[in-house]
Amino acid sequence: MVSWPLEILKAIGLAAVIFTFLAVVAAMFGVLLERKIGGWIQSRLGPKHVGPQGLFQTLADTLKLLQKEHIQPRAADRAIFNAAPLIVAVAGLMSWVVIPFGTLGERVLVVRDLNIGIVFFAGMASMTVIGILAGGWSSNNKYSLLGGLRSASQMVSYELPLGMALVAVAMEAGTLSTVGIVRAQDGWFGSFVFRQFPAFVIFLIAATAEVNRVPFDLPEAESELVAGYFSEYTGMRFALFQLGEYGEMFAMAAMTATLFFGGWKGPILPPLVWFLLKMYVVVFFLMWVRWTYPRYRLDQLLNLSWKVLLPAGLVWILITGYRITF
Amino acid sequence: MGQLAAFIVLSIVTLAAAVVVVGSGNIVRSALSLIPTFLGITGIYILLQAEFVAGIQVLIYAGAITVLILFVIMLTEHGSGVRFRQVNEQVPLGMIVAGALAAFLIATFVTTAWPTSSGALPQYTASGVGTTFMTNMVLVFEATSLVLLVALIGAIVIARRER
Repeated sequence: MVSWPLEILKAIGLAAVIFTFLAVVAAMFGVLLERKIGGWIQSRLGPKHVGPQGLFQTLADTLKLLQKEHIQPRAADRAIFNAAPLIVAVAGLMSWVVIPFGTLGERVLVVRDLNIGIVFFAGMASMTVIGILAGGWSSNNKYSLLGGLRSASQMVSYELPLGMALVAVAMEAGTLSTVGIVRAQDGWFGSFVFRQFPAFVIFLIAATAEVNRVPFDLPEAESELVAGYFSEYTGMRFALFQLGEYGEMFAMAAMTATLFFGGWKGPILPPLVWFLLKMYVVVFFLMWVRWTYPRYRLDQLLNLSWKVLLPAGLVWILITGYRITF
Repeated sequence: MGQLAAFIVLSIVTLAAAVVVVGSGNIVRSALSLIPTFLGITGIYILLQAEFVAGIQVLIYAGAITVLILFVIMLTEHGSGVRFRQVNEQVPLGMIVAGALAAFLIATFVTTAWPTSSGALPQYTASGVGTTFMTNMVLVFEATSLVLLVALIGAIVIARRER
């Protein structure tokens, strides 16, 4: 039988480990990378003065955010206003439970190899919407509410193509477990980026939209909505929203690496290095897109999801089913 | 022992959130309280080792249905700012009906002979669910799909009444 106190202790320990990993690798390093790459693409230098080559810029920003006063609008709904950033951060954190980082001898480095891995992942991605919507509404600010509503319509629309791509991959691999999916990919041409190329394209577009990044960043379009759903948030609560967002983005990149690039697999280098390398390639791609393309309009955004990606996903599932069966 | 503790905690979460859903004077709070309710039930599914159903519960109910409800409330004019009472003057009558229903349900649960060991648990429920849908339950599955399709078309017809 399972020993419950031990399991709970293990869970708490792993939660602390993932949180630290996320806060350091995803949020802090991610923000720095974002600004450095943004600077490079726009022929600027980016952050440069704090630490060697501006390496400690995000650390300084975080310390600044930690000291800031927590301001709450008088007409805000107190409980929901305070809970919303937590929902976003926890959902972003939970996505990492099913992501396999690599192998150590015979053991796979994954918090839990759930046999419903990718269903769990999609579920956690959809929980983020609730935090955003709750934050947008409870701020009692029209720009926040508009940002929240935009984000809800966008994320609900793009969850479907995302799910379609996941279904196609699960059909090809014959399992919903992330570890199983990595094991099902052998060699360069066995990875699903070749065998499931349409699913890869659909997943990448839908994932970009799910994490509210340019060209799909309407929920926080700063030129129209101040800052969207987190306009009223200050200090650490704002930082939690950012953490959740970057955590989610890195989780999407890690999931892309796991589902389509063969996860930790690769020659010579250790598995963990391969995994991080593949993840950062996807992260770089997302940042490259962000600093290159303008924002979509809301109707274009919804048309792309419902009229292009969804039918394409359905057709691809049909083709995959045919290929597997016959 | 641990299972019992987990069950009690999950039940408390589910029931406490459910009380807020039916008792709160603020409709957005009611809708948001649905989430802990759904998640509590998800936990109970996991305790019963129905992990696929649990995953779908989070994805569909906590993720999609609640967002849809919130979306509708927030798009309705003045829908989210109104304070309202969820109870009316029929308290004694309501208590009698609820009490009778509870007594009936408890009596059913107590008198039913629940089969405790009907073979081993399937190793992997997702493919089992899929196979059942496509073989023994295909009629139910198709009928449900048809109902959902009709609802979808109905929603589009209502929404497009601008001309």
